[in-house]
Parts: sequence; C-alpha cells; structure tokens
Amino acid sequence: MGKTLAEKILSEKSGSDARAGDIVIAKVDLVFIQDTTGPLTVRLFRSGGFKGLANPLRTVLFIDHAVPSPSLGLSNDHRLLREFAGETGASMSDIGEGVCHQLVGESMARPGDVVVGSDSHTVTAGGLGAFATGMGSSDVAVAMALGKTWFRVPESLKVTATGSFTKGVYAKDFILHLIGLIGADGATYKALEFGGDAVAAMSMSPRLTIANMAIEAGAKVGLFPSDRTTGDYLAAQGRGEDYRPIAPDPDADYEKTIKIDLKLLEPTVSRPHTVDNTALARDLKGTKIQQVFIGTCTNGRLDDLEIAAGILKGKQSNPGTRLIVGPASRQVMLEAMKAGYIQTLVAAGATILPPGCGPCLGLHQGILGDGEACLSTSNRNFQGRMGNPDAFVYLGSPATAAATALSGEITDPREVMPG
Amino acid sequence: MKGKAFKFGDSISTDHIIPGRFAHLRSNLPELAKHVLEDADPTFVTRVKAGDFIVAGNNFGLGSSREHAPLVIKMAGVSAILAKSVARIFFRNAINLGLPVLIFDTDGIGDGDELEIDLGAGTIKDLTSGRQFTSGRIPEVMLRILDEGGLIPYIQKYGDFKL
Ligand code: SF4
Repeated sequence: MGKTLAEKILSEKSGSDARAGDIVIAKVDLVFIQDTTGPLTVRLFRSGGFKGLANPLRTVLFIDHAVPSPSLGLSNDHRLLREFAGETGASMSDIGEGVCHQLVGESMARPGDVVVGSDSHTVTAGGLGAFATGMGSSDVAVAMALGKTWFRVPESLKVTATGSFTKGVYAKDFILHLIGLIGADGATYKALEFGGDAVAAMSMSPRLTIANMAIEAGAKVGLFPSDRTTGDYLAAQGRGEDYRPIAPDPDADYEKTIKIDLKLLEPTVSRPHTVDNTALARDLKGTKIQQVFIGTCTNGRLDDLEIAAGILKGKQSNPGTRLIVGPASRQVMLEAMKAGYIQTLVAAGATILPPGCGPCLGLHQGILGDGEACLSTSNRNFQGRMGNPDAFVYLGSPATAAATALSGEITDPREVMPG
Repeated sequence: MKGKAFKFGDSISTDHIIPGRFAHLRSNLPELAKHVLEDADPTFVTRVKAGDFIVAGNNFGLGSSREHAPLVIKMAGVSAILAKSVARIFFRNAINLGLPVLIFDTDGIGDGDELEIDLGAGTIKDLTSGRQFTSGRIPEVMLRILDEGGLIPYIQKYGDFKL
C-alpha cells in the first residue's frame, strides 16, 4: 500500500515505516516561536534546564504580532526574545521583517521538512510540501532543545480540485467554501492533502493561502505536493537548491476524498463568529462594514495587494469604512511599492501598516468599536478576535475586501470588477 | 477528584478562553488568569473553585496554539476538562501542562452538578443525577506525560521521549 504525503514525510523523518495511527518520534528541521507565545516558550525552556538549542541556525524567534510594540508588557517580552537569541545563537527576525509564516515560506521551509512553530498557522508552509504544524510552548521548547518531537501520524483527507476559478473567485473562496463544507472540526487530528489538476496549475501564493487555513478545519497539516511550481518559487527566492519533488503515492490510503470544481465556486464570506459559518458574498449585500483589513499570513502577499489595488485604482474607499492594509513581509512591501500598488491603495484611502500581523489578533492597530463590523482577509473570526467581544468579523478574499471598502457594505467583487 | 461542573457550549475558542487583547499580560500570569473565559462567561472566574471542572461541548479550545489557554484554566483551579471533542493543539497543550482532558458525550451532565472522577479508570460519576459516564482512551504517550505532571517534567526525568 502506498503512502500519503504525511506518511511519506513522517516515515523519512522518523526513520520508520510510518502509517496513519502510529506514534513516531520525528526529527524537526525548523522550529520557531513568535512574540505572543515565545516568551512562555523561553521560560519553559529555561525552567526545563535545557543546555542549549539542538540546531541554533534552524531556530528562529519572530517579533511580528505586536510591531512596533504597543505596550510596556510586550516591549519586555520582545526584550526577552532578543536576549534569548543572544544567549543561544538562535536567529532573530525583528520588527519590520514581517509575519512569521510568510517569512518561513519565503526563506526557510523546504519541501519534506518537519516544521514546528508556536503558532497555529504554522500549517502555512504545507504549501511548500513541508509537514508544518503549530504546537504550544511546552512542545516547542522541547523541540528546540532536542531537535525532535512526537507525532501521531494523521489519517489524511484528500481534497481534489478541478477546473479553474471564474472571474472574481480566488483561493480564499475555495478554502472558506471547503471549511463551510466539512466544518471547523471536519479535519481534526487529520491531514488535509490537496491535489488534482487545479492544484497542479496553482501558483505558490494561493497554495499558501489554502494551507494556512487548514487549521480552521482542525487539521494538523495542510499539504501540497512539491512540484515544478514549488521549484520555480524557491528558485525565484534565490534558494533553488532547497527544491526536491515530493508527491503522495498514487495508491495511498485516504480516509475520504472531497472533490471541488473551482468553476462552481463564487465569492464566499465567513460570518461571525465561526469560520465554517459561510455564505455567498452576494447574499450578504447590505451588511454595513466599518473597517476593511487586507493583510496577514493568509492574504497579505503581492498578488493579494495587486488584486485589491486593481479594484481600488482611481477610486475612493467609502467614507464610512476605514481601509487598513498590512503587507505580510518586507519583501512584499518593497515589491508592492515598486509595482505601485501601495501608492494606489494609499491614494484610494488606505492606511498602510508595517509588515506584521496588524489588527488580526486584536491587540493593536485597528481594534473594533462596540457593534462594529470588519471584513478581513485574515483567517479567524472568533468572538473577540479583533479586540472586542462586542464586534463582528467577516472573512473574505482581497477582492471581496476591496469591493467592500468601496461600497461600505459586503459586496461581491464581480459587481465592481471590469469585464 | 471531586468538584463542580461549569458547563460551556460548542466551539469555545482560545479567543474566548484568553483573548489576544490581553497579550500584554502574558508575562504576568496571575493577572492574565483573572480574565479566563471572560468573553464566554464573565462570572466564571469569580465562581470557580479549586478542583472544579469545565464541561464543554464540541471542539473545545479551537484556534490559537497559545498554551496560555490551558495554563490560565489550570491556574483558575480547574482540575480537568470534560468535553465532547477537543481541538488538537489545545488537547496536547493541556496534557503537556498536566491538565487532564476527558472526552465523552457530556450532554448528560448539568451545569453545577457535583462530579467525581476516577482518572485511572476513566469514569465520571455525576453525584447530582446519579449517572455514570466513561471517557475515551487517551493515547499511551500522553498518559505517561500526564503521569509526570506535564511534558517538561517528563523530559527532565527521562531526558528524551520514551515511547
Ligand atoms: S497574521 Fe494573524 S493569523 Fe497570521 S500569524 Fe499573525 S496573528 Fe496569527
């Protein structure tokens, strides 16, 4: 019997014949923490009495969630991380560099790696064919010290995508649709493995968007095969040598297969307060929105800003709606400036944030007022997520976000897109 | 273990348990713990006593990887979480902190019921209603971590994972 992608990678990294349901100890190739969960990791690492890092060059400390620091408590947490990097030789990614998952994709994760991060959206690197998963501070502290961790090898669900997106429909609509279909616990403890003609044709950014949200269905990982597209992406990032092809075996055993025809999808939105509470954007017309946020590890990449800029070019955002844009990384910001997208967005009324998480997790830079609603390109809309339990978060694609910013209410982007 | 049941519904996320807006308190755990589950039940923290239980529905703890979520629950005095199902990262985090998680159909337990739990046997007795429940099995590796009081003490003792 052949192997799923998850079984393949965990077999290699555990030196065993790993099959769904087995418990294995796997080598960890890259481990990282960020500024909201990292300080507890550092404290647990210290209280555990660990001598040092198993692999300092592949241990990364990101300061991205609260940048620049909005408060004294967080400033001291940032200090702790910088000190820890100094003591242990871990790599530091400080303010202005961008969101951890974007940077892991741009310059760190390799196909076939096991990646462990103290952040649930670590799954993003599954877009590159890495077995990447989020863990808590204790697990990550131990992975930092020992260079390995234990896993229960997950059963895999296969998601086969065929056809191509129609105008105004994107990877975000696909993943929101999928989560609406299987539910927020539809893949709990499992691997989501994406395949099919449409996946083969998909560029890296949409793959990262989809893998990023695997956790919103409860999945341990969201895996894409590593193929020519992966190789081209890595080469463009100046690390062609990191490429190797990996694919599941054709006779791998999947718990079930879900088929999605992209051409049947329409712009989709998650309504408050759960990600699986999906609806079509056109059915939510009339829902007033006070803030639009375009950015995050889900949709803060160059193509996302390009789509938004395309819709907003030469226009003005609605006076009743604040438009906030946060590029996911320094590289994205530089490229978006070069391409003129940042200029277009600012001219249309956007406030630009530094690369980082921005208002995504509700600790600064755009906290919602009582009763206000935000249409965000991020990945989570739980009650209280954007800083106020009495506010409402809707999730959508950058196109839906830009169209909504223009009209001040949830808008199907096809209404405002030319031809 | 004996204590009172505090009932919660489905899909209690880590943002309910300890929202991001308190991130500035994450290095001040006693202060942080004062806000546990505030957005789901603002009175919970004032009513819960050492030894009590959280009794939840489906997908408890979904969302973020923040280990602060089970940590503040433990600091509030909760001695075990009982739920129909639990999100993956939260499950592992709770065990890693030595906080037991028992999975079974919790519908039969009422808010405020007195419960008696035998962890070894996996049985839950509802002293108020007289009903008895049995929880699903926790994987062996997690049981051993739980036995040592959490992952860090486990690794301190064995120096490595012992499967
Ligand atoms: S952008 Fe949002 S979801 Fe992504 S890592 Fe930052 S806080 Fe988490």
